[in-house]
Amino acid sequence: MALSPDEVRKVGSLARLALTDDEVEHLTPQLNDLLAQFERLQAVDTTGVPAMSHAVPVVAYLREDVVVPSLPKSVVLAMGPEVDELLGGFVVPQVLAGDA
Amino acid sequence: MSDITNLSATEIAAAVRGGTLSAAAVTDAFLARIAAVDPQVGAFLTVTADAARSAAAAVDAKVAAGTDPGKLAGVPIAIKDNMCTRGVATTCASKILDGFIPPYDATVITRLQDAGAIIIGKTNLDEFAMGSSSENSALGVTRNPWDLTKVPGGSSGGSAAAVAARLVPISLGSDTGGSIRQPAAFCGTLGLKPTYGRVSRFGLVAFASSLDQIGPFANTVDDIALVMEVLSGHDPKDSTSLPIDAPELMDTSNGDIKGLRVGIPDEYFADGISEPVRAAVMQVVDKLVELGAVVSHVSMPHTEYTLPAYYIVAPAEASSNLARYDGVRYGNRAPKTLSHSDLAEKTREQGFGPEVKRRILIGTYALSAGYYDAFYHKAMQVRTLIQQDFVKAFEQVDVLITPTTPTTAFGIGEKSDDPLAMKLSDICTLSANLAGVPGISIPAGFDDAGLPFGVQLLGPALSEAMLLKVSRAYLDATHWNEQAPAL
Repeated sequence: MALSPDEVRKVGSLARLALTDDEVEHLTPQLNDLLAQFERLQAVDTTGVPAMSHAVPVVAYLREDVVVPSLPKSVVLAMGPEVDELLGGFVVPQVLAGDA
Repeated sequence: MSDITNLSATEIAAAVRGGTLSAAAVTDAFLARIAAVDPQVGAFLTVTADAARSAAAAVDAKVAAGTDPGKLAGVPIAIKDNMCTRGVATTCASKILDGFIPPYDATVITRLQDAGAIIIGKTNLDEFAMGSSSENSALGVTRNPWDLTKVPGGSSGGSAAAVAARLVPISLGSDTGGSIRQPAAFCGTLGLKPTYGRVSRFGLVAFASSLDQIGPFANTVDDIALVMEVLSGHDPKDSTSLPIDAPELMDTSNGDIKGLRVGIPDEYFADGISEPVRAAVMQVVDKLVELGAVVSHVSMPHTEYTLPAYYIVAPAEASSNLARYDGVRYGNRAPKTLSHSDLAEKTREQGFGPEVKRRILIGTYALSAGYYDAFYHKAMQVRTLIQQDFVKAFEQVDVLITPTTPTTAFGIGEKSDDPLAMKLSDICTLSANLAGVPGISIPAGFDDAGLPFGVQLLGPALSEAMLLKVSRAYLDATHWNEQAPAL
């Protein structure tokens, strides 16, 4: 199994990475080197073996239902690269089609 | 001045608490050493001199008022720059977090400060902790204090180099596949990856959430024990934090290891482990036997599948965790974009470096429709088998001994164009993260070129006290940890 440059571009699009042609050319063989390593796993008999997502049991611990303060809105907005302080939100390019 | 920077954290804290040394004097001494030495090493991305001096003054005021300033009173500590520090830039050594100033502290930072520690700065790393040499940093080069032409290892290379160069007595790193233990070995310090869940991950910028764990670097076993007592313990802000109190680790001062069962997992000595490294591990084994340990060989048959299993699980989790960097809420944003997806694609394209992109791509591919079962599900099953290898091994022995790294530190630039060769330098450390068990790298002498050897001890979950006891027995007998580079 090996990825073609077009498939790398497609995965890039799924991952929201606008890869350049140079990058695709450079990354494709590097990704295929790693994929070749993955092939070795097919040799392992995993019939009936449970899949492990965490090495320790993850339990949903309950805590007191006490309201604690969140970060103030002004502090959160101060981190944004482009914000509208009047409306109190992060500014993004238009999401829905229609009149601007 | 130079006398102070040779003190251990344990010695500093005792003197500060006892009123014989001021936190201000300690802080000034280490700041002066950083100013003099770090231009060569490049361990720090940010030095927080003013905040450190204020924190030191607060500790000294407590001492003067007769209140206990805490277990780490006046101890300067450096923090890998992937842990959030309120009001201090946290970069993950990535361009995408340019300008990000966290509005809150990671739990480890709060615990250190509550214990009287002095946060003195933030250290360099491979971008988002992805790498084994710190060369993937977008912000600077860190050099190995033992040989400035060599890498310090990674990803916590800055934290390891800072402790090795005696710029701080203690630093924090994070370890997802060896990122504490591997640079500890390359730089000749101790480096502990605790049991998964032992130390809170709240405020640690997530790479692979089921593998990430924060841990310390130091030059003495006591210092590792002291800081682990402060860092450990349940944190309700981290859902994977174990509901277990901090262990008493300073109480391992009796380094008696008579009858300790040490296991040599033969699979960790396969091809690729250099002969000098193999010999160094065997010298440690011989010393442990001399001190009363009993040695046997054990088999961990799934070891050869560690690398592929890890490089599916870790990038899969990373591709999900790093989806948050879209240029909207914090960090850098690409200019002049036309749509929301254009904004995300261009911001990420411009903000991430090559290794981060490779891992996001591999992880996205492994999770994509049609490949999930063949890759991700299979890797999670193999992860179970790797953990079972550990369970079986620990039915026979108390502790496993392996190389930390296949070779001593390699040259800057030597492997930067070969991502797979770079990944092989973590081959001995990946399994502990997959299995969730603790591991420590301890200094074990030097090769012919004067570069440090590191030897890894692995124990069952929550066996940190035992790992420190073995480390103490070995280092009390050899004193390798007392060697310092000439800088």
